[in-house]
Amino acid sequence: MTDSETSAAESAELEKFRGETRAWLEANCPPEMRKPASSDTDVFWGGRNAKFSSEPQRVWFERMRDKGWTVPDWPKEYGGGGLSPAEHKVLRSEMGRIGARPPLSSFGIWMLGPALLKYGNEAQKKEHLPKIAAGLIRWCQGYSEPNAGSDLASLQTRAESDGDDFVITGQKIWTSYANYADWIFCLVRTDPAAKKHDGISFILFDMTSKGVTTKPILLISGYSPFCETFFDNVRVPKSHVVGTVNRGWDVAKYLLQHERAMISGMGERGVGRPLGQIAADSIGTDGQGRLDDSMLRGKIASFEVDEAALAACAERAVDLAKAGQAHPAFSSAMKYYGTELNKRRYEILMSAGGVDALEWESERSRQGARPRAWLRTKANSIEGGTSEVMLGIVAKRILDLPGA
Amino acid sequence: MALVLTEEQSMLRDSARGLISDKAPVSHLRHLRDSKDPTGFSKELWQSFAEMGFAGLLVPEEFGGSGLGFVDAGVVMEEIGRTLMPSPFLATSVVATSALARGGNAAQKSEYLPKVSSGSLLATLAIDEGAKHRPLQTSLQAVRSGNGFKLSGAKALVVDGHVADLLIVAARTAGVAGEREGLTLFLVNPKARGIATERTIMVDAHNAARIEFANVEVNADSVLGEVDQAASLLDGVLDIGRGAVASEMVGLSEEVFGRTVDYLKSRKQFGKLIGEFQALQHRAAELYVDIEITRAAVMKALQALDADVAKAGAAIAVAKARAGTTATRAVQEGVQMHGGMGMTDQFDIGFFMKRARVCEELFGDANYHAEQLARAKGY
Repeated sequence: MTDSETSAAESAELEKFRGETRAWLEANCPPEMRKPASSDTDVFWGGRNAKFSSEPQRVWFERMRDKGWTVPDWPKEYGGGGLSPAEHKVLRSEMGRIGARPPLSSFGIWMLGPALLKYGNEAQKKEHLPKIAAGLIRWCQGYSEPNAGSDLASLQTRAESDGDDFVITGQKIWTSYANYADWIFCLVRTDPAAKKHDGISFILFDMTSKGVTTKPILLISGYSPFCETFFDNVRVPKSHVVGTVNRGWDVAKYLLQHERAMISGMGERGVGRPLGQIAADSIGTDGQGRLDDSMLRGKIASFEVDEAALAACAERAVDLAKAGQAHPAFSSAMKYYGTELNKRRYEILMSAGGVDALEWESERSRQGARPRAWLRTKANSIEGGTSEVMLGIVAKRILDLPGA
Repeated sequence: MALVLTEEQSMLRDSARGLISDKAPVSHLRHLRDSKDPTGFSKELWQSFAEMGFAGLLVPEEFGGSGLGFVDAGVVMEEIGRTLMPSPFLATSVVATSALARGGNAAQKSEYLPKVSSGSLLATLAIDEGAKHRPLQTSLQAVRSGNGFKLSGAKALVVDGHVADLLIVAARTAGVAGEREGLTLFLVNPKARGIATERTIMVDAHNAARIEFANVEVNADSVLGEVDQAASLLDGVLDIGRGAVASEMVGLSEEVFGRTVDYLKSRKQFGKLIGEFQALQHRAAELYVDIEITRAAVMKALQALDADVAKAGAAIAVAKARAGTTATRAVQEGVQMHGGMGMTDQFDIGFFMKRARVCEELFGDANYHAEQLARAKGY
């Protein structure tokens, strides 16, 4: 067959898959799950202590889990759906079409899973991946420390060898939802004498292990999504190291690419009502139906141009990866732009809301949902690598600028 | 549809790039400008374009063309943007061809399209009248007269207007400026009595003209499409032109950026390569991200045109708006980072800045397209 015949056959297959997927989603996605999450309890994170906030949430999760579609592109043997990149793209676009929520949110899916698939041994994959896919174990990420933020590789948490175990002592910070997590994937220093990138290992352990404590940090949003996490002589089997001992930085960097891709997609792009209409509701319109604040209207229009363009770029990034043409550091470019754009979105939402967006505690304001979300977005360009670090990576690794 | 070029499109890019970089580097534009070339482009190169199938790239095969799509046209435009090659490709092969192919009757198509493919006919759309691109503000009058019409009014920024063999003129047959109803497109011979053409030498040294129409008689056969109903035909044709110009701006931006990054890696001050300074590194990185995002938006829009021109409006507005802001940023950073050298005529960077400014105005600037998007979304 010629190239074009092959691709014609492929696209016919894909259209068949699209039809089946659309029908299945229509039949199985409860109507309540077809609108954007509006509060924290609308998001299902799984884990040992997980509770569903509603019956539709449970039904949706279980149906998707049974198809392997909590992790559509993971291999079936690890609880995934075994979809090809092209099929995965179809599923995403069909879910987007009806506004279907992700059935399960999880750092296991977004971060640890891809790293295990690449660096984990067979026993580790068999042990952990199916439990992530089924939402049984909730993971947290032990990366940053009080003195290792942007300069992550200077981390000091020690893991000392003792027979078949490592004994871990130190402190992590900004550990997202550590107080709810069942297990942690953690960077520890296994060779204090080596150069800073060369003495780090990537290790997994249970948060109920003796010697682990967590302390939530109150943020400017009034919420505590992050914790300080302390390890006091925590004993962990050496078999829990992912990849090679002292080569954890490779795993860490690979995982960061996925984390950055995740954060760049955190804005609720293209869902819900257009920003301009939200603004028109509170500000009003002029005689021609235009938002009665022409400067804000212009800002919104420019924002929406950039938002649509970024969505195209995210789509292209997936296609480039599939075609083997993606630059490995491109997720840093996306992370930079996506987070800055999300901050812009919330500045616009605050301006559009005016005085109404300032209420912090009331039913009317859903306990200040908007100002709290606005403040939360300020972390987007800090967590997972600051915007400045991202630009530095682009300058060095993509543009090959000197001395960066 | 994957947002990457197919194998065939990559080959098209390579062959366009081979020809254009070989025969029409920026020095080609410089020579045309300095010699005050009366044609404003190389006829010999245009013949090569025709022989390679580029002139008739969008012309259906039954009329001797290549029958390719808008993504393919964008590939060629991008290469044109890299060296700023003056070429009838935009006005004739993209905009006028689309107007003829989409709006023409059988007789009109078989009269003109084969000549476009062979490179023997230059055509152009005459649309703008005021300082800014406002197609619905068209007020050039076409009054019924006997079996035909009489045209009176003036057009500006008619690309290749002084060399075109065929003008496609947007005129008002009914209604008043601002209304969608009452627009009609006419095929007009530029040598017809009553037409006065003034070649306007523009900042970018590319072809443009002002054309005045004083009771120019055209017969009823010269109407392209339906009388009074040209607005939707025009929407599609203009969107196709916008997609093409956006592609040109992507090529232009990337070329300026590449030259600028090379300069950052070779120029030394304070005993260091200036590319070592973080202030410049971060600005270069931001520009890189901007260009990548714009490239994706433009490709998305061209694919939308290939899928259905009538439904591509929003994607095109995004693409043209983004391409305008990105190119503006790229050329400004290009000049700034080249320092004093960037201000000299001897250095090529200035040519890119000048062309970007014209591309920004062509078929609506970033503000215009953001405004269209806001209206479409109802705010």
